[in-house]
This record gives sequence, structure tokens and C-alpha cells, in this order.
Amino acid sequence: MSYIKKPVAKHPSLKPNKLGLTVRDYEGSMSTLCAGCGHDSVTAAIVRAFHELDTPPHMVAKVSGIGCSSKTPTYFVSGAHGFNSAHGRMPAIVTGANAANKELLCIGVSGDGDSMSIGLGQLCHAIRRNVNMLYIIENNGVYGLTKGQFSASSDLGSKSKKGEPNTQPPIDPVRLALSIGATFVARSFSGDKDQLVPILKAGLRHKGLALVDVISPCVTFNDHEGSTKSYVYTRKHQLPIAVTDFVPMAEEITATIEEGESKSVTLHDGSVVRFRKVAADYDPTNRGAVMAYLEERQASGEVPVGLLFLDKNGVEMHDDARTVDVPLTRLPFEQLCPGSAALDRLQDMYR
Amino acid sequence: MTRVNDFAFKLANVNGTGSASANGLLMQAIFRMGIPVSGKNLFPSNIQGLPTWYEIRVNKRGYTARTSDYDLMVAMNAETYARDVQEVRSGGYLIYDSSWPLDRGLTRSDVTFLGVPYARLCTETFAESRERTLMKNIAYVGTLAALLDIDMGIIAGMLKEKFGKKPALMESNRKAIQLGYDYAKEHFEHPLPIRLEKMDATKDSILIDGNTATALGCVYAGATVAAWYPITPSTSVLDAFKTLCEKFRTDKETGKRRYAILQAEDELAAIGMVIGASWAGARSFTSTAGPGISLMNELIGLAYYAEIPAVIVDVQRVGPSTGMPTRTQQGDILLCAYASHGDTKHIVLFPANPGECFDFAVKSFDLAERFQTPVFLLSDLDIGMNDWVIPRLKWDDNHRPNRGHVLSREDLEALPKFYRYSPEDELGVAARTLPGVHPKGAFFTRGSGHNRLGGYTEIPAEYQDVMDRLARKHRAARNCVPEAVIERRSKATFGVITVGGCDLAVREALDKLEARGLVADYCRVRGFPFGDEIEEFMHGHNPVFVVEQNRDAQLRSLLTLETNVPKDKLRSVLAYGGFPLQAAQVVDGVVAELEEEQAHSRSSD
Repeated sequence: MSYIKKPVAKHPSLKPNKLGLTVRDYEGSMSTLCAGCGHDSVTAAIVRAFHELDTPPHMVAKVSGIGCSSKTPTYFVSGAHGFNSAHGRMPAIVTGANAANKELLCIGVSGDGDSMSIGLGQLCHAIRRNVNMLYIIENNGVYGLTKGQFSASSDLGSKSKKGEPNTQPPIDPVRLALSIGATFVARSFSGDKDQLVPILKAGLRHKGLALVDVISPCVTFNDHEGSTKSYVYTRKHQLPIAVTDFVPMAEEITATIEEGESKSVTLHDGSVVRFRKVAADYDPTNRGAVMAYLEERQASGEVPVGLLFLDKNGVEMHDDARTVDVPLTRLPFEQLCPGSAALDRLQDMYR
Repeated sequence: MTRVNDFAFKLANVNGTGSASANGLLMQAIFRMGIPVSGKNLFPSNIQGLPTWYEIRVNKRGYTARTSDYDLMVAMNAETYARDVQEVRSGGYLIYDSSWPLDRGLTRSDVTFLGVPYARLCTETFAESRERTLMKNIAYVGTLAALLDIDMGIIAGMLKEKFGKKPALMESNRKAIQLGYDYAKEHFEHPLPIRLEKMDATKDSILIDGNTATALGCVYAGATVAAWYPITPSTSVLDAFKTLCEKFRTDKETGKRRYAILQAEDELAAIGMVIGASWAGARSFTSTAGPGISLMNELIGLAYYAEIPAVIVDVQRVGPSTGMPTRTQQGDILLCAYASHGDTKHIVLFPANPGECFDFAVKSFDLAERFQTPVFLLSDLDIGMNDWVIPRLKWDDNHRPNRGHVLSREDLEALPKFYRYSPEDELGVAARTLPGVHPKGAFFTRGSGHNRLGGYTEIPAEYQDVMDRLARKHRAARNCVPEAVIERRSKATFGVITVGGCDLAVREALDKLEARGLVADYCRVRGFPFGDEIEEFMHGHNPVFVVEQNRDAQLRSLLTLETNVPKDKLRSVLAYGGFPLQAAQVVDGVVAELEEEQAHSRSSD
């Protein structure tokens, strides 16, 4: 119940980050989701990611649409500004907020109904615009809040709780995003925090839109045998392609580097994303190759997970719009209003 | 009978043949001669090949509403020729292209036909085929200059301004105009009895369309984020905003911009972006037309309920559905007043001309932020896309925007605890905070049920508490929207209420009615919620005619819904065919109604 105050108990062993805040300071109110919901694990990973990145909570704009996943922004970073908007409209809200104040750290939380159906257009255009945000799809292949209808990400043949098979092909947000120029595409599993946390951290630091599709099983409506978004199915079929490390700029990079199969990409702020144990033929910076590889794996029923693609050279929305460095919200009126003399001169043209 | 500076003429063209530039030139030349003038572009929803008309009315007394009483027709479109011939008033003139023989069946004995072989002249003069077509239209400018006594010096000056950097084009235009001019001078008596004479009535005026003026208002208001989806007839608002921002808001050294224009994927996204930007603290607006408002309804309700400022420009066109995109109407009054599901009410401003588009655009942002709510600027195609002669726009350099109650870092530092929706001020508004300012300002914005502290609720009393405050807030805005314009006449026996672009036609009609002994007071609504002066006006007159441009008497409905005025004293005069309102339509409507009433009262005596 979100109106029940969560006790703020801090264990003395909790390690404060550079702002002196412990992981507890990045939590939100009590979750009202079903016990065991994958979304709660994602929330926990988000909390850790923000804490570990030393994020000032009030700089975070956490925005969502409607659905189970969209309830979760109340459950993390209570010191952040939150906006639970309308179904499928989160991308537009974030786009506007980010356009106004480019210093905000924008995180959008969405689900498969919110992003694959009603908000599919907005997702695509936010990707095309390369809005500087972390876009999380908590993907459970089912409409939870309305009690169990198939969603647009339900796999062909996947069975509903009542045993009815899904007959329409799914929209895969990962391949969709790649095909329209996404610059950061990942898939993860809510049950694998070790993988998810570094991906979220890298996504938050990525300049541009970072899309993270998180398979997040619905314990109530879609965790049965026959579901392809269940805990059992996902654990069995997930194929870690690139185990990801994220090394923030300030940390000593050399300390964590392993020899052998690894690839590193340095982000704009100097932090490093490192792909460990990548398959020999897997190049996470080659869009065409990634697409081909995913097609092939997916066809064989596997669920490739990890940070699958990264293009650090994409042009982010503000760079494309060539806005000034200072956030538009901070521009004084004098720099916006041309004044009476300019109006007089201008009007000589309307003669 | 000679009529100086008091006539109307119409130009019938095929669109995409350069006629817009010729017609604009004519209108501007007359404006520069100091004569009150208006131009109405009656164009099709098409890029090339369909009929298009342009009407110019000159009137020394300043009656520049549309009239369909044409003294002269320039019939350049064979396809519409038969119809165009019929539209000229008896005793009028018709200019046609005499390169081909005139269809005898299409002449009229009461109209003087003036044939100019434009096609032949242009074929002889210009080599290239595209140029031959375009210059035919430019050539009639010269003919009209000769017949109506337009100052050729002014035309030459305008060509120089327009084509100064393209000497070849300037020369073609000059040559074409001269062709039409010389031919008329040689072959016709000139000037005609309807003609122009220089005046001094437009010296302190400008020639501007409402959409440009709206965009200018948005720039001067300090709007930094504009999100939109292209739609006729509002597209030129954003075109102008872009041009103006490039001029005024681009850093000369770095080329960086103090604005962001987001061309959205649809209107749902456009309004979402505006709400997001306003939520984050920018002044933000969108510009659209009726179909866009239909799509935006969902999020307009969110902005209303979560109390987020948003400025929405609606340049109305003819509905329903796709309707007639290039024709004008006032069909979105009710749609905007109550946009979105559930109990919603909005602030709506009704400009009547480009001057008010500018002023009200500035005002919209102040109201949106002061009341933390969507504000509609309800323009229309006639105001938005036609060029109007208006007094020069004024700007007070002491003007500072009213950003409403926004807590600063220091405010928040001093505050024990922040609650989004309380305490409320005298207008029913609570302070808001912006993301990124201070940890204490954090709160959760939601379109779901919430209480006065901003927390989620499903408790009836808590929900109603907030909804009741929103109603109080809306009511309080009645004293902040622009006051109605009220003009009283001595011995007035009834009242006329109107809105927006009906202004000129109705005021002209009132003069005409007075000449017939029917004297009425005038009230033009400029904002919703309605100020008390509007209700008083209605109580003080019987009957009250409500003149508006839609089928369903939407303003009248809104007046009866939102005031205590008895419905039966409000009589409608409606014009909704898609062309700008004419004084004659108002006169006829009022007279018919009054006569019917008299007949009725006689029969019941």
C-alpha cells in the first residue's frame, strides 16, 4: 500500500555513497504489486544503480505511463520528482521534460502494454529522437492490471493462464529498436540483478536513449507452464551474450579488467562499459551483425540477454536541436524576449 | 457612379500558378497607399491545380470584413469562369484573358467585359513555359494598377524589396506588370469609376497574419519549448516561431539556440511534450487545429487534473472530422471549453485579429502558469492565415512574465515540508516545485485520484475536495481573462454578443442596422470563464443576438450553461459555410428574427 509509510531503518553496515546517502535513501514507498512480481526486482536494481552512481535524488525525473510497471516509480528514489502520466504517453512527457531541462536524469518506466501497444509510436519516436533517458520496459507478456489478456510481446503459442494459445506474432522491442537507430539496446532478466544493475548504470550514463527490455515475469497471470515469460522459461532459455561491466569514470579501470574475451566502450563522460565473455563473433558495436545474430538466436528459441548493442556516437536530441548548454528552464527572460526596439524594427518588415 | 476607396474585387485563379504572390502584391500596394484594406484567401486543400480565389475589399471608413458584393472580377480560371461571371454585381467589371474567344453564352449585358490577352502577351514576351504561366498572373497586377489607379511607384518599390537579390526575377515581374498596365492604358478607359486614392489611414499600421502574430507573442512571452504536429491552418504558427527564434534566439557566435522545437509524431505526443516541458519549468506551447484538439483531449485532462500549465493554440477550421481544412469556422468553442473526459473546464481566450493574437498569446502563458492549467488560444483560419491591417504591435519593456507560484531553492530550504496541492491562495492555486531544484520539492505528479497533499486517494471526500478547489480556481480566472469589449449606442433597444473574428462584420452590421433604425449595443467575448460584465450585458438587454460561426450555436450554449441568463432571450445568428462572416449575413439574420418576432407579437395581440 503506497500510503503506508515504510519504516526507514538503516543498518549501520550500509555503505554511504559519495553524497553520504545509503541505498535506503534511494528507495521509495512500499510496493503494492503482487508478492514475487518481477517488477519489484527491477525496482531494487534501479535503487542500487542510482545509489552506486552517487545520483542526487532531486535531479532524477522518474516518469511512467499506466500499468503495473508504471506504478513502480513510487517505489524508488522518493527524493526524485515523479510523474505517473497516461497510458503509453511516458515518452512524450520525458521528451518535453528533457527538452526543458537537459540536466535532469530522466528515467522512464514502462511495460509491454504501455510500450508495445498503446505507446508503440511514442517509443519509436523517442528512439529516433535519441532522447537522453533510460527507458525500461518491464516486459511480462501480459496485461496484469486488467487481469491476464495477451500483450503485443506475448510469444506465438505462448499460453494464457487458462491454456489459450496466443496466435499473433510478438513485437520484439530489442530488434525493433535496433532497426530504427537505437543507440543503446539491452535485454535483461528481472531475476538476474548482477547483470541488470551494471546495464542500468551504463544506460543512465549513456548519452541518448538507452533501451532496456527486462523480462519480468508476472507471478499472477503469466508464470505458468506454457508461458514464455515465466521465471522457469526465462532461466532455462536465457543466453547471456555479453556479460556487462560498468566502470564509472572516477574508478580505477585497470582493477577490474580481465584478459581474454572482452571489449570496452568508453562513454562520453569517460566511464567505461565492458563486455566480458562475448562470443568470438559478437561485436556489440556493429548494428547489422547484432541484428543478424539476434534473429538467428531468437529463431532457435533462445533469449539473448546482456547489453546487446551500443553506439556511443549517436546524436542526442539536444545536440540535434543545437540548444544552448544551460537548461532552457534557466534562461533569464531578458535572453528570451527581444524587447520593444526589436519589435519596432521587425514591424518595418510588415509594411 | 464613381466610388473612391469603397469597393471589392475578386481574383479567380488556379492554385499553384503564382497567383498568391500577385494577389499579395495588390493588397500590400493598396495598404501602402494608406487605404484600409483586407484580403481573404479562399483556397482549396490542395497544392496545385484546383480553383482558388482571393478577395480584396477597400473601404475608407474601415469596413474591411469580408463582402461577396464584387464590383470587379479577375477571371483567370476557365474551370470556374461560368460561376465567377455570375458573381459580379450588376454594373460591375470583369477582366478576362482574351487570348481565346469569349464564350458568348457566358457574357452578361449588365457587366463590362475587359479582355486582356495575357497568355498571348506572356508567350510573346517570355521564353520558358513555367514563366509564361506565372507571369500571366503577375500581368493582371499591372492591368488593375491602370484601372484602379494603384501607384506604380509603390509596386516598383515592392518588387525591389522582394526580388532585390534576384534581379532576373525582378525584371520578369516588372516586365509582366508593365505588359498588363500598358495594354489597359491603351485599350480601356481608365481609371474606372471604382478606383483608389491615397489616404493616410494605415501609416501606423502593419500588415500581418494572425499566426505570425501568435508566434511573435510566444517569442515575447519567453516560450522556449514548442511541440507540434503539422496541420492546416496552424502550421504557419510554428513556421513563424522558428523563423523568429532563428532571428532572435540564436547565439551569433556559437549558433546555439535558446529554444527547442519538437516536431512530434502526432498531436498526442505534441501535447505530452508540452506538459513534460511545462512540468519541468519551461514555458511551452503547441499549435494545432480541431482534429489535433480531439487527439489531445486525453492529456489535456491530465494537465487540468495534475495542474500543469500548457498553452494550446487552436487555429480553428471547418469540422467535423477532416471537414474543410482550408475554410474557417468557430466550431471548437465547446470542445476547448470542456476538453477531456470527466469534469474539466478550461481557460479559453478568443482573439479577434492578429493584434489580439499577439497580446493574448503573451497573456496565455501568464494565465497558464498563474493558474497552473491548460489555456487555449482560440484563433481561426481567417484570422490566422489572412493578412490583416492592424495598428502596430506594442511591447512594454517593463513587462515581466507572471510565472505563478513556483518555489525556489531558498523557499524550499525554509519550508518544513512541501505539499503540492496545499495551501491554496486566494485564486485556489497552490505552489508548485520544479524537478532539479531541491530535494524537499520532490513530489509525485499523477493523473490518478489524489488528495490535497498530493497523495494517491480513492476516498470520496478527499477526491471531491480537490475537484471543488479546481472548480473554484476556474471561476476565479474570470477576473483575469481579457474583459469583454462592450460598445454602447444611445437608444439601443437590444444587444448583440459575438466572439473572435466576427468582430468586424458585426460592428459594420450594427452601423447598417442603426441606419435602418435598429440600434443595438455590442459585446465581444474575449475570454472564458465569462467575466461578470458579460452576464450583466445579457441581463441588461432583450433580446440578445449571439453571432457566431458554427451550426450549433456553441457560444450561445456556453453562455446559457455558464450564466444565469434565460436561454430564450438569446437568439442565434449563425454563419458556418466556411467563408469569413459578412455584415450582410448579420443584418439579414437580425432583421429576419426581429420581423418574425413583430409578426408573432401582432398575431398574438
